[in-house]
Amino acid sequence: MAANNAMPEKPIRVLVAKPGLDGHDRGAKIVARALRDAGMEVIYTGLRQTPEQIATAAVQEDVDAIGISILSGAHNTILPRICELLRAEGMSDVPLIVGGIIPDEDIPVLKEGGVAEVFQPGASTEDIVSFIRDRVGQTRAARR
Amino acid sequence: MENESKSTTAEEGSESGAPNPESITLPAGKPGGSRFSARPKEFTTISGVPVERLYTSNDLAGLDYDRDLANPGEYPYTRGIHSTMYRGKLWTMRQFSGFGTPEDTNRRLHYLLKQGQTGLSIAFDLPTLMGYDSDHPLAEGEVGKCGVAISSLADMEILLRGLPLEQVTTSMTINSPAAMIWAMYLVVAEKNGADWKKISGTTQNDILKEYIAQKEYIFPPQPSMRLVVDTIVFGSRQVPRWNPISISGYHIREAGSTAVQELAFTLRDGIEYVEWVARAGLSVDEFAPHLSFFFNAHNDLFEEVAKYRAARKVWARVMRERFGATDPRSWLCRFHTQTAGCSLTAQQPYNNVIRTTIQALAGVLGGTQSLHTNSLDEAWALPTEQAATIALRTQQIIAHESGVINTADPLGGSYFVEKLTLDTEHACLEYFDKIDALGGMVPAIEKGFPQREIHEAAYAYQKAIERKEKIMVGVNDFVSDEKRPMEILVIDESVSRQQQRKLAELKKTRDNARVQSSIEALGSAASSDQNLMPYLLECVRAYATLGEMCDVLRRAFGTYEEPAFR
Repeated sequence: MAANNAMPEKPIRVLVAKPGLDGHDRGAKIVARALRDAGMEVIYTGLRQTPEQIATAAVQEDVDAIGISILSGAHNTILPRICELLRAEGMSDVPLIVGGIIPDEDIPVLKEGGVAEVFQPGASTEDIVSFIRDRVGQTRAARR
Repeated sequence: MENESKSTTAEEGSESGAPNPESITLPAGKPGGSRFSARPKEFTTISGVPVERLYTSNDLAGLDYDRDLANPGEYPYTRGIHSTMYRGKLWTMRQFSGFGTPEDTNRRLHYLLKQGQTGLSIAFDLPTLMGYDSDHPLAEGEVGKCGVAISSLADMEILLRGLPLEQVTTSMTINSPAAMIWAMYLVVAEKNGADWKKISGTTQNDILKEYIAQKEYIFPPQPSMRLVVDTIVFGSRQVPRWNPISISGYHIREAGSTAVQELAFTLRDGIEYVEWVARAGLSVDEFAPHLSFFFNAHNDLFEEVAKYRAARKVWARVMRERFGATDPRSWLCRFHTQTAGCSLTAQQPYNNVIRTTIQALAGVLGGTQSLHTNSLDEAWALPTEQAATIALRTQQIIAHESGVINTADPLGGSYFVEKLTLDTEHACLEYFDKIDALGGMVPAIEKGFPQREIHEAAYAYQKAIERKEKIMVGVNDFVSDEKRPMEILVIDESVSRQQQRKLAELKKTRDNARVQSSIEALGSAASSDQNLMPYLLECVRAYATLGEMCDVLRRAFGTYEEPAFR
């Protein structure tokens, strides 16, 4: 992979977003900080972003991955909409990662709809960091 | 010990087909097995405060019983606000509930009263908390999910159907639109013939902690504070038994603060409210007896007990010394407690019953006036009826079986608890100085001070978990692969459709001219300095919706965006 190249890798850029009306941002901010500590560039959208705002920000910021935090139970409505907008923008190879209160039974449907991974309560930031590194590494390798 | 555990393994026990009663079997081959001898390098509370091996009378040199503690019911109330505490009256068992349609929640409230619950507590869904009707585009996917959907008086009438409003006390967890939702409650009472002078309950109505922690704000801080002041002033004159605000540390703690930060930011918020209401012309003793507080109960039992004891002492002194209150009721820090939602684990959820029991015990040993115990399934969803019943039974077992209610402040005099109480008080006062130096809580919030302090604490805790310096059973140790063993409550989109249908019907049948004129009157009152409560009551009586009332105020006040997080 790229590790053999002499050229240093461009830092991974991640959009961290909180859609829906919920204001509980403890998780989103912890993840944003952990990604930064791991050397990634993080753009945090702030609260109550619509799916349209999130997709637009992803395009404008030219991110390598998108992390969505959602705890309110609205994931089955909001996530498919974000996936659809990202596909329309030609960003379906940008992994969309979700963290929050997502019951097991909803995960297969969300993944079918285009969600790359779901991190449930208790997930460690290290796992999130390595997942993003691996996935973005694969995407970059595929693009070369 | 080591030899014994090696000589008898689980495999040997199962070989004979039946366990050997002689062999004491330690669980073999599980990930946590190596921890029997692993001890922490440093002993700290869950908030990271170092704890000594032993506390003795030397730690309490200078502690003066009358000045620092006093008997329960005596200033500064460190040991409790009543002389008889739970011998005289148990705490109110107040389980927070709300989901789906007003019909759904009304049924749950009746059920909980039948199970022996002694007070009501209503949770609203996110659109309601944000001042949007169920048919607003931003409400999509959120209607009835995190609480009950209330868009107008018509919904509130269904929510409260058949409840004896002069007998029960009702707590409503509503903040930005607290004045509007309270107006709906008051109009239902009025229509049912319940006397405003007799009804009692609490509106959370604590906007400062929204900016600090929970982030469900609509308007900027200044006009939001004006709405809070209007409700306190109106309540002190028209609804004298109502607690118009519940100054809340719960959400601050849930956002990841330490126990000290929870205490300090909450009480400093309290100071801010007192200053604002006093500036509006009320004397402190006119409203302070109706200020109430709301704290979290986390896992660290002694740290929590110390927090509650310090809260009473600090508040009593603030009210008497800083504000010159002379009515002893103004000195009392009366509080509700809820067990820590953030401590619940999605993994091995039955363990949450035990966590909740320890936390509830902390609240009771700390002298709480009312208590909510979380349900075991709440890391996944709102509770099922069965889970909510176990949570209520937890309180009933503590109250009626454990014996801890027999004497007031049973931990008083413990070297450790008294030292922790003193240290917590001092750390709280240090935060007061910092916030006073920033110009008070509103400027501190605008500068992002409490938000940053909480984030630092939350991040430090997360790191401690990931380094296994702190253990969460079932999450970073003692892990098992079991699937979630129980059913969870699912709120489907039919709730949203039903609420939207009712709204459309309401807008056809109500007197729309009256709605229009009451909304316009509210809009012009907003740009004056009149109390907005009478205008909101008129809007509600006309069946104006929550969204209509909030929209006209959004135009008058503007909306708030928090400073960017870097």
